Amino acid sequence: MAKTESTFINMLITLFVITLVASTALAYIYDITKEPIAAAEAARKQAAISNVINDYDNDPVSEMYKVASPFKGDSLECYPARKEGKLAGMAIRTISKKGYSGSIWLMVGITADGKINNIEVLDHKETPGLGAKMKELFFKDQFRNVDPSIFRLKVKKDGGDVDAITAATISSRAFCEATQLAVDTFNNKEIK
Amino acid sequence: MNHWKNFIKGFIRENPVLVLLLGMCPTLGVSSSANNAIGMGMATTFVLVMSNLSITLVKDFIPDKVRIPAYIILIASFVTVVELVMSGYFPALYTQLGIFIPLIVVNCIVLGRAEAFASKNKVIPSLIDGLGMGLGFTFALLILGIFRELLGNLSIFGYKLIEADGALVFILAPGAFITLGFIIAVINQLKKT
Repeated sequence: MAKTESTFINMLITLFVITLVASTALAYIYDITKEPIAAAEAARKQAAISNVINDYDNDPVSEMYKVASPFKGDSLECYPARKEGKLAGMAIRTISKKGYSGSIWLMVGITADGKINNIEVLDHKETPGLGAKMKELFFKDQFRNVDPSIFRLKVKKDGGDVDAITAATISSRAFCEATQLAVDTFNNKEIK
Repeated sequence: MNHWKNFIKGFIRENPVLVLLLGMCPTLGVSSSANNAIGMGMATTFVLVMSNLSITLVKDFIPDKVRIPAYIILIASFVTVVELVMSGYFPALYTQLGIFIPLIVVNCIVLGRAEAFASKNKVIPSLIDGLGMGLGFTFALLILGIFRELLGNLSIFGYKLIEADGALVFILAPGAFITLGFIIAVINQLKKT
């Protein structure tokens, strides 16, 4: 078969048909995958919440509300956890923009009496082997069950109580900052 | 050229990463562990096979002057399919590979095979070429990933061999260049003999 000539009208028709077919196919695939993607995202959140808050019987995701953060466009998400109707704690999705390479997102679990229960790293772009170690227990565990009104959420270099990760002070600072933001949000919350 | 030769050329003789040195960006970016390498290799293989197949089918209808934009639309569509499917069904892998999935669009290997092979050959050879090149890419990424993971993290496929810290440099970008350099040197030696 002879190749189509490169006339204006031929080019126009070819590109039109190709883009039309491609976008229709993509719309179709998008439609099929929309639900699994939402489900995967929800499962990830659920897993993070149940990791940072121990004892609750409601569905924190359905009660999620947003709080404005100091950062434009990125609001904090608060997930209240209840046990028999009473507030048992709260998981707060918090953020710091002071990471070594970009933002750090944490899920901080705070119990009803204001103590930090556990922290989960949701997303970060820190250096593997250095800042990325904030995911590891030796660093994260020093935040467990501490009372932020006594425990100063700053690295020791800045006069706080947190042991920074060796060679990753900036990442450690960002981690502390995000945690502090979550604590402040919890203390300023309105619902009981 | 028979089909077997056409298929096998992607592994050593015309390996896209180790010999043609195409697609360095994803190669260096995601080969930090063997699992990432396989995930990325499979995604690229799928895109390569599908783009080669579709391009060889429509090549006669596309006027020469607009062939590159037409190919890019096709490639970008398949990449988007991979991205959507992966984020829906393999969220863990998707988080690991992140930005490198959309970047398959600009991977020179895909457009390179479309232009150099699929637009000049029939359906079956193009399909085999896409598969061979894709698996060759996976193979190169896997070697790189295994060495980097072994040296940098002392583990293979995520299983820790020794409880100790490896040489961090191999996980970072400079280690990727060093490892790649050594592997290319070995391949060059193999090709001589």
